[in-house]
Amino acid sequence: MGLLVLSKEDLAPFIARLVTEYEVIAPVARETKFAFAPITDPSQVRLDYTTTILPPKKAFLPPEETLFAFKLNGSFTTQPIFDERPRVLLGAHTCDLHAIKLLDAVFETGFADEHYRKRRAHTLIVSLECLAPCDEHAFCKSMETLTAREGYDLHLTDIGGAYTIDVGTAQGKQLLARFANAGDATRVDLDHLNRKLAGKWSNFAYRLDFNANDLPAVMALSFKNPLWEELGKKCLACGQCNLVCPTCYCFNVKDDTGFDHKTGERKRVWDSCQLDEFARVATGENFRKTRAQRQRHRFFRKGKYIPEMHGALGCVGCGRCARACLVDISPVQVFNALHQTRGA
Amino acid sequence: MAIPTTDSLYTPAPARIAKIQALTAMEKLFTLELPRGQTLGHTPGQFVEVSLFGVGEAPISITSSPSRSNGTFELCVRQVGDVTRALHSLGEGAMIGLRGPFGHGFPLDEFKGKDILFAPGGLGLAPARSVINQVLDHRRDFARVIILYGAKTPGELLFKDELDAWSKRDDVEFFVTVDRGDENWHGNVGVITTLFPKAAVSPRNTIAITIGPPVMYRFVLMELLGKGIPDDQIWLSLERRMKCGVGKCGHCQINHLYCCQQGPAFNYAQIRGIEEAI
Repeated sequence: MGLLVLSKEDLAPFIARLVTEYEVIAPVARETKFAFAPITDPSQVRLDYTTTILPPKKAFLPPEETLFAFKLNGSFTTQPIFDERPRVLLGAHTCDLHAIKLLDAVFETGFADEHYRKRRAHTLIVSLECLAPCDEHAFCKSMETLTAREGYDLHLTDIGGAYTIDVGTAQGKQLLARFANAGDATRVDLDHLNRKLAGKWSNFAYRLDFNANDLPAVMALSFKNPLWEELGKKCLACGQCNLVCPTCYCFNVKDDTGFDHKTGERKRVWDSCQLDEFARVATGENFRKTRAQRQRHRFFRKGKYIPEMHGALGCVGCGRCARACLVDISPVQVFNALHQTRGA
Repeated sequence: MAIPTTDSLYTPAPARIAKIQALTAMEKLFTLELPRGQTLGHTPGQFVEVSLFGVGEAPISITSSPSRSNGTFELCVRQVGDVTRALHSLGEGAMIGLRGPFGHGFPLDEFKGKDILFAPGGLGLAPARSVINQVLDHRRDFARVIILYGAKTPGELLFKDELDAWSKRDDVEFFVTVDRGDENWHGNVGVITTLFPKAAVSPRNTIAITIGPPVMYRFVLMELLGKGIPDDQIWLSLERRMKCGVGKCGHCQINHLYCCQQGPAFNYAQIRGIEEAI
């Protein structure tokens, strides 16, 4: 579909109109950082954000969600809870688009998860092209997530006085037609866009010492690498890396019962494979006892298991886990070290 | 899924506890009934997710064989965690939640014409019993049936009536052992591997099915491989924290394998060399 253009003055009115019909989730300032949050006013939106603490996966897989409500009456009745509120996710970077595409595959494959799918189906994505690195932790260029050809309804690129808009879907086109004062991009706009896109690549560094497509092969040689023991000694098993990861989706399930003991809800909550109890069964056997084993599992998921299952790398190079880690475990350093000592 | 659910994967269907029998101090046998006489439609080796509302959900292997379903099925449950302890406190007639059956069981059609060697240990007899009874109910489809069963003590032997019946059949070679005997025990004493010399097998024509705790697998596998049984004719069932049962939650992952999807029944060729498996 063709490229459109929206002047910067027209962005706030566009968002203001969206807010009347959609829950708009966009980057907002939080102290010195940024977070995706529902907004009520365009002035809250910070499209100049670097990165967010938590990834936008929380719009589709919230940190805690009710799967169903139950009532006990001798037997029981259940009522599944689905969230079909119309939403717009505004301002997602392309690394996060790649991550969402992977989550889509995870929750579609085999048994389809309607809780995820319904939220996803009712959310339009208006994404944003990155023109400069968010900080020293990101390595999106190496992971080939610095741009995206799909996964959005509308995709914005800042060309100076305006945004060009690539229309990804018919719903995106409709959204623009109803809510935005966008025009067709002129030759001059396209010139600006081409210059921006061509110029951006040199702003980003390649940080991985090898081609990301070789990561599964590097991992295949790394199961016995002594690096895992070193990481195990450093790791605090706090689980933050999993919580901030845009592609981590493992969860736990718990029941919340009302004081009457007659009603309650079954909820799913984010979980972390770095926590001691993650792979422990009721008899007490723990199938990944050590932090070294758990770090290894985490990186094997990103570099090998997920690509084998879903055809895309499980790491998008967003850098959030490195930013969050209290002991500076960084995926790009881990991958490079494994590459350097492969077969060790 | 045999049990129709709503369009949520996670919503359990009701099942009624029709009968409860205490098997040992720790294990009870629950006979469950589905509404409107539905059958569970499982294959031996599959599991269900049992829900007790307000407590949670736990994966439990199915101990009855499809051949004896009659509108009911059985779970043999040790009280060991929150859900199983709560289940043990219930009485006959109580309603519980159920999802499943899930996972891959044992492909019995591929075993036809073969000698079947069962080597369950401890609570591993619960899932093994589903396969054993299915085989015995189609006895002519198989050649020899050998059962080597080990428990810690005589008091921990499960399904004593059935053990007795198996030992009396002349088309079943049955051997049982306990790690520690007592004054009334006159049988074999020693770990399960002490039974292996009693069973001469023709390795090429034998399917071995062993189910037990991880420590048992290491030793039983050595025995089976030592007898020359090929890797892909040795079957196991692995225990993991299969929280969701549908390949999403991640808890049951064994390296790249989701135990609840590719397993819990695996043949040894599938998991050989996978460090986290055994």
